[in-house]
Amino acid sequence: MKKIFVYTTLILTAFSCRKDNYEAPSSMLSGHITYQGVPVNVSSKDVTFELWEPGWGKNGAINVAVNEDGSYSALLFNGNYKLIIPPSQGPFRSITDAETKSDTMLLTINGSREMDIEVMPYYMIRDAKMELSGTTAVNSSCRLEKIITDANARNVESVFLYLNQTSFVDATNYIARSSLSGGDITDPANVHLSVNIPDVISGTGITGDQDYVFARIGVKISGVEDLLFSEVQQINLK
Amino acid sequence: MKKYLLTLAAALVMISGCVKDDEFLSTDPKDLLTDEAVWKSPDLVLSVLADLYNRYPEQQTITNWAEFTNFDEAFPSESGQYWRTKQVDYPYDWWNLWDYGYIRDLNLFVQKCSAANELAADVRARFVAEARLLRAAIYFEEVKRMGGVPLILEPMEYNFSGDPTYLQHARAKESDIYDFVISEMDSIKTVLPDDAGIKSRATKWLALAMQSRAALYAASIAKYGATTPSVSLPGGEVGISADKATAYYQRALAAAQEIIGSGKYSLYKKKAEDLEENFASLFYDKANNPEVIFAQDFKLKSGKTQEWTIINQPWSSAEEQQGGRINPSLNLALLYEKLDNTYSPFATNNGSDYMYYDNPKDIFAGRDARLGGTIILPGTKFKGVPLDIWAGVMYWKDGKYNTITGDNFGDLDSIPVAGAPKSSQVVGTDGPVDGLQFSAQTGFFVRKFMDPAVGSGQIGTRSDVWWVRYRYAEVLLNAAEAAFELGQPGLSSTYMNQLRERAGFTTPLTDAEISFDRIVHERRVELAFEGHEMFDNKRWRLAHKVWNGETISANDVISNIGKADKINTMIYGLWGYKIFNPGSPNHGKWVYRVVKPSNVTAAHRFNFGNYYSRIGSDILSNNPKLVKNPNN
Repeated sequence: MKKIFVYTTLILTAFSCRKDNYEAPSSMLSGHITYQGVPVNVSSKDVTFELWEPGWGKNGAINVAVNEDGSYSALLFNGNYKLIIPPSQGPFRSITDAETKSDTMLLTINGSREMDIEVMPYYMIRDAKMELSGTTAVNSSCRLEKIITDANARNVESVFLYLNQTSFVDATNYIARSSLSGGDITDPANVHLSVNIPDVISGTGITGDQDYVFARIGVKISGVEDLLFSEVQQINLK
Repeated sequence: MKKYLLTLAAALVMISGCVKDDEFLSTDPKDLLTDEAVWKSPDLVLSVLADLYNRYPEQQTITNWAEFTNFDEAFPSESGQYWRTKQVDYPYDWWNLWDYGYIRDLNLFVQKCSAANELAADVRARFVAEARLLRAAIYFEEVKRMGGVPLILEPMEYNFSGDPTYLQHARAKESDIYDFVISEMDSIKTVLPDDAGIKSRATKWLALAMQSRAALYAASIAKYGATTPSVSLPGGEVGISADKATAYYQRALAAAQEIIGSGKYSLYKKKAEDLEENFASLFYDKANNPEVIFAQDFKLKSGKTQEWTIINQPWSSAEEQQGGRINPSLNLALLYEKLDNTYSPFATNNGSDYMYYDNPKDIFAGRDARLGGTIILPGTKFKGVPLDIWAGVMYWKDGKYNTITGDNFGDLDSIPVAGAPKSSQVVGTDGPVDGLQFSAQTGFFVRKFMDPAVGSGQIGTRSDVWWVRYRYAEVLLNAAEAAFELGQPGLSSTYMNQLRERAGFTTPLTDAEISFDRIVHERRVELAFEGHEMFDNKRWRLAHKVWNGETISANDVISNIGKADKINTMIYGLWGYKIFNPGSPNHGKWVYRVVKPSNVTAAHRFNFGNYYSRIGSDILSNNPKLVKNPNN
């Protein structure tokens, strides 16, 4: 008798749930934030853009975060979306869309799609080189190319060279940094920075005998909140 | 026969058993007061008003202790709250406020009370004026956090037509809301009583104090908002044009001067023999307090009590197995100047060696009395019990100092030196023990608003110390700031020196010494733990500079003291150690170290998007006329 009860319960349990009646979103929208095809590097978790899917009653944006290397991805349902980069986001300005004549881009998602989003950065960091100097310092050199030169142009407030123990290197994630004020830059085509490597690289976490650090150049543009970055580079100390 | 009788009886029951339908449905409720009943009786109207007073908007307050630990003023010594020192960014919706339920209730009160003809005219006028003051207070709070909001002054009714668009209103300009607050105060100040003895209800002087504060906020947003052009909206919902600054500063100064000139208030100086105790007492002494203008009052055994003392009592004198939560930071403590008007870090080192102190309190000697009045320092007493705040024993062995400490309040251990007692105390009864909740993890406890009465630390008794919302010292500071910004440093120093004299300074600041940094500094030290810091830093547009996300070192903390835009992203502490070195003159003396509690891992970052909080997407989609705040 007890057995029957147990089996009945088991069978009922097995059939009691049905699969979700909604399919999970399956279309992947991915790509990079680019200027002329070159990804714009930004800080970690700071830059986002918004996707809106109109026609569903109350409005709310899907916020898509841009990764450090300028890439992004979002898992979406098929449908028609509007893409907006809010004006305060990123070390760049959005480009007026030819179709909507505004900062809004129309987007049709039907299956996965690769798409690069072109923007107008205030500057680009070109030819960034970071290398070990002796055993205790990292030297860097780069060329700052001013992209926006019209009325919206901005000055460089300062340039930073950051070091961190992980590959997340930005203004809030660093173990050492040096800076150069924008006014002290004599030749934007030749910006040099040097930073000393801390004695203990694993100062803020457990990394064992780590014999490498990650370095990155960041540019603070005056009046713009988000910094512009170079690509992250691993520096081997041995 | 029986059958007839039954039919007749049934008919009778049918006819007489039911009352008329409309009467049946209109029985007076016994558990609710109806509108008509309320608006006849001054007592009932007062109880409606009491509810409205009780909903006065607040962010940092003594009944919400953890909010005091979001910035750099204090560390949260409770294990569930360490995240506050571990997160970098402040969420954009953290301080958002959209309380139109409260505003509607206030509008209804103003409308119905104005029409309540059965109340005496003067009683009615005072009630209406009080509700208008509360309504201005909530709009002031809205504009501080959100910028311009829709200015609704009539209760709105939905007509069930299926089309609610006529209820949707666009946001007013930021300056419009400030103008509203200022003009409301002008029109109600003559109606409200001018009795300075009233502390928990609105008076003429509260109206003027609020006007002064609001005008000062508007003025500084107009002036310093120019430095952050991206924190503004083209429609003026956020941002005030710079040319309005002077007029607002003049309003702020005039309102403050009206209070000062009336002579109804003065700085609290009842305990001139002990200035630290005097400053602490200003917040808990409720009898004829000459300084308090408006407070949220509490009463023992009435159900309306508060638990600030339970939350923050030192372990050594605790009346429950808890306390010690708010640990003021070293960053705040070292802002308190030396009595010769100079800034100086606490002397921990003397070139190559530690500074040795005979008593734990000696390192804090010769400072602004507000230091000891605001913060419970090592070597002082609370409720007559000496504080026992020290982090460990430093013993001399093998040619250097070694440290021994415990991991619980007042732990015992044996110091590994020949001749040491077998077991002795190696850490203070109050901590600091790094990571141990309720211990003084920065080396300090908060003293402001702490109740010295016996039982105030018991859950069964609690405390009736009031929460001071407006006091005369702030009015003086408002006047000092406005006068400075209007190019009258002489007037400014007159006001500021009154506060400083009460704090024990004997040399007044000269006119030339009054600067923006001084104004910012004086407000921080005088008004710490009174809910001003964040909003002050917002209106001066300093917040994004002070909390910029950059890691700071112990050396950064003790340098640049008194600079308004000094980076203050991480909380540091000051830990005392007892020297164990028998035979040396330093044996038994005290040394101090600057330390960062291990739970402080992130450097706080205040983004442009934090200046004006996010309006929720449900609110935005309900009302398409609203514009979003900038940068979020």
